[in-house]
Amino acid sequence: MKYVDSFRDPAIAAPLCDRLKTRGAALAARGGRARIMEVCGSHTMAVGRHGIRQLLPENVTLISGPGCPVCVTAPGYIDAAIALARRGVTIATFGDMLHVPGSEGTLGECRSGGASVEVCYSPRSARDLALARPDREVVFLAIGFETTIAPVVSLVDLALREHIGNLSLLTAFKLVPPALRAVLDDPEIQVDAFLCPAHVSAIIGPRTYEPFARDFRKPCVIAGFEPLDILFGLCAILDQMVEGRASVENLYERVVHEDGNPIARALMDRYLRPVAARWRGLGQLPDSGLMLRDEFVRYDAEKRFDVPVGPGRESPGCLCGEVIKGKRSPLECPLFAQRCTPTDPVGPCMVSSEGTCSAYYKYERRMRA
Amino acid sequence: MCLAVPMRIQEIRPDGMGIGELAGTRHEVDLSLVKAPGVGDYVIVHAGYAIEKLDENEAGERLALFKELADSWQVHSP
Ligand code: SF4
Repeated sequence: MKYVDSFRDPAIAAPLCDRLKTRGAALAARGGRARIMEVCGSHTMAVGRHGIRQLLPENVTLISGPGCPVCVTAPGYIDAAIALARRGVTIATFGDMLHVPGSEGTLGECRSGGASVEVCYSPRSARDLALARPDREVVFLAIGFETTIAPVVSLVDLALREHIGNLSLLTAFKLVPPALRAVLDDPEIQVDAFLCPAHVSAIIGPRTYEPFARDFRKPCVIAGFEPLDILFGLCAILDQMVEGRASVENLYERVVHEDGNPIARALMDRYLRPVAARWRGLGQLPDSGLMLRDEFVRYDAEKRFDVPVGPGRESPGCLCGEVIKGKRSPLECPLFAQRCTPTDPVGPCMVSSEGTCSAYYKYERRMRA
Repeated sequence: MCLAVPMRIQEIRPDGMGIGELAGTRHEVDLSLVKAPGVGDYVIVHAGYAIEKLDENEAGERLALFKELADSWQVHSP
């Protein structure tokens, strides 16, 4: 498709790399360096796939942020899902969740033991499952950031309209802006600018990042996932830094509009309310998640089946918590590519294809040498 | 799980569901989250839902701007 391929044009990428070098040098001349957090796991993957990290000047570092919903899911959530599966409920889930370690094991292992765990590409499949088996309770593992929340919560909308009584959600929805705030509040994580997620921004809109630019003086640039998008996004960040500016720039106008996607947000507002959420790595953050409103409590699996979600226990030795915050690189984890690989992951960052550890495993392993 | 891809809407059914085309294959797409979808529009599809339209004019303008910037940098860079 034209508007995908054109954003990969190597003829344009070449002068861009020079530009990055001159801007990096200008920054260095002022004694500066840039630590840029690519918030979203899909950016992490694209950066790896196109070898972008290797094109950067020495004083410009890209660090991966908390933007993989599978990776930030706390082990206690997996424990609750496993407890439900053991009780004879059908668990419907995005595939990645099968391999995320809980305190004791994974849903995949639970399925091998005979539990009913169904992988869905779309949440709509969970509704099909519930319709096909009216004798069974179906619980959808409702995780995700803003991009995924509206599609998932539309399941409740469908269930209400179609009078489906055997479908509910185990919610662990997460919001990106509170995670960015947590990153900025941590004195040990030094981030100078954000490369903001493309499709989360399509829902929430660019204005949401304004406090980070205004109050924290961090440039925030929204970019798509193609190589030119990312390279231009990095140039825009360096421009701001060299000129001593901090503002929100949207370079992905082809998808991200000024007010985001109001239809998706209205749906989220109708069914969900803010709640403190537990993040792997970041801990409990106030108002950083969404849960079903009280009126819809019968669709809330945690209440319906009385399976409280606790903190759980993280895999011993796994540094995912540090990786998620951008404090450590996967290459610093002694288990990386040794005991922990995508086929036998120790932590969630190695499970999801957008996880920082799995992106590094796939594309940047040789840098370790 | 966050994969989102652009598809071209080929068909819209009376129930609001659509058929999107990606690299020659057809996929069922829920169009309820985008405003006034039309056949021929490009949409970004995530988890079976169109989450936003892809505006071709904006894409063309952005690309032209990228080209212009890249050209100017090529000329002026030392
Ligand atoms: S390499 Fe594996 S064990 Fe180490 S931080 Fe990543 S997921 Fe955890």
